[in-house]
Amino acid sequence: MIICKDLNITQGAFKLSNINFQIKKGEYVVLMGKTGCGKTTILEVICGLRKLSSGEIWLNSNEISNFVPAQREIGYVPQDGALFKNMTIAQNIGFALKIRKWPKNEINMRVLELAKLLGIEPLLNREAHDLSGGEKQRVALARALSFYPKILCLDEPISALDDTTKVEMFNLLLELKKNLEITVLHISHSKEDALKLSDKVLLLTNGVLNEYKPTEILNKI
Amino acid sequence: MMGVMASTYIFLIIAMMLADLSYTTPYHIFEALKSEEIQYAIKLSLITCTVTMILSLLVAIPLGYFMARFEFRGKKVIDAILDIPIVLPPLVIGLSLLILFQTAPGKFIESHMRITYTVYSVVIAQFMVACAFAVRTMYVTFVQINNRQEQVALTLGCNQMQSFFYVLLPQAKNGILTAASLAWARALGEFGPILIFSGATRMRTEVLPTTVFLEMSVGNIEAAVAVSLIMIFSGFAVLMIVRLFGEKKTAI
Repeated sequence: MIICKDLNITQGAFKLSNINFQIKKGEYVVLMGKTGCGKTTILEVICGLRKLSSGEIWLNSNEISNFVPAQREIGYVPQDGALFKNMTIAQNIGFALKIRKWPKNEINMRVLELAKLLGIEPLLNREAHDLSGGEKQRVALARALSFYPKILCLDEPISALDDTTKVEMFNLLLELKKNLEITVLHISHSKEDALKLSDKVLLLTNGVLNEYKPTEILNKI
Repeated sequence: MMGVMASTYIFLIIAMMLADLSYTTPYHIFEALKSEEIQYAIKLSLITCTVTMILSLLVAIPLGYFMARFEFRGKKVIDAILDIPIVLPPLVIGLSLLILFQTAPGKFIESHMRITYTVYSVVIAQFMVACAFAVRTMYVTFVQINNRQEQVALTLGCNQMQSFFYVLLPQAKNGILTAASLAWARALGEFGPILIFSGATRMRTEVLPTTVFLEMSVGNIEAAVAVSLIMIFSGFAVLMIVRLFGEKKTAI
């Protein structure tokens, strides 16, 4: 479970004040709002990539507001995937485990397990720059899931993909939601994502964050 | 129009080298290479340029990273200071270094270890100029690499140092090679600061540009041109090797 209490974020002239929400364990939440309204900023603050001016972020029973990103155990998938270009796909997926000094055979087993789950086994020995947009997102997802994160933060993982790949990725996220029961905060512009994937929708409008049921969102945007 | 100007520039560079080539003979080059003083100058140039290149990279990589990735008060001032060795006339750098070692801290260092008019001063003089080019190259290299991958690395469990070494540095490899070749080539051509700060003593602080100067001053133009050609070819060889090596690595 993640709880954000009275978050105040200042970034130059841009400000977000009194942001409050909570995501229960196993809940899939879609965060929506217009471009530039601060959705990615909230996600980055949760991941520890951006400073919080004031407020508290609780993950399960720990206050993580002052934790560095590595201590937070949050899986993060940016919009472009941001795969490590100097590594193979297998090395990308196993990177977090290498940093955690897992034994090599266990890293290989986990990489294979995730590759099977996400349908990217044939890509394991390839380089990141060889992949299509959809493949990159799958690899980024596998990499973020590798270390069993407490929550997964997805920054528009579907929006930049073509229509066919979008459907594939969409179905994959649905499967992950069913099979892994992982807590997810997913930024999206799409009502379809909100309707089909989410248990709850957070809508950020003019700096105010409101909570809706997925079906209610149709009338709000 | 711009194409003509660009071709004229390239033509001028080649024409200068061809003119040097036409002014000397293999005999003069062979004679120059046989001279004990010139052999010493070649050896000293190779050693000091390599040391300067290593020192420049050791400074340029962390400094370039810091300037590219962090915002802080006074950053613009530091940025301008880093370019001073590029815009200052080389003679002024040499003079400033000489004066620096006449101040109390400089004298204190000199009382423990002689710097001015020694080989150390050659390296310092080369380093002061070459490092500025290496820093600028590394700064541009790091700015051009999107920091999103480093951010992801942080969420995956890396500390700042690990994300730098595992994620950023391997991607900056071509920039590092360029910075290294620039620093080396810059150091090879340095003359003004060395003349002032290290002197032009044969078999002591004589590097290749000093040789050209000394041979010219005694009217031995053929030897000066022969040494110039040695410098041109060694500089060109280093730049080419680094470029080819860089491309090969990128292709893999």
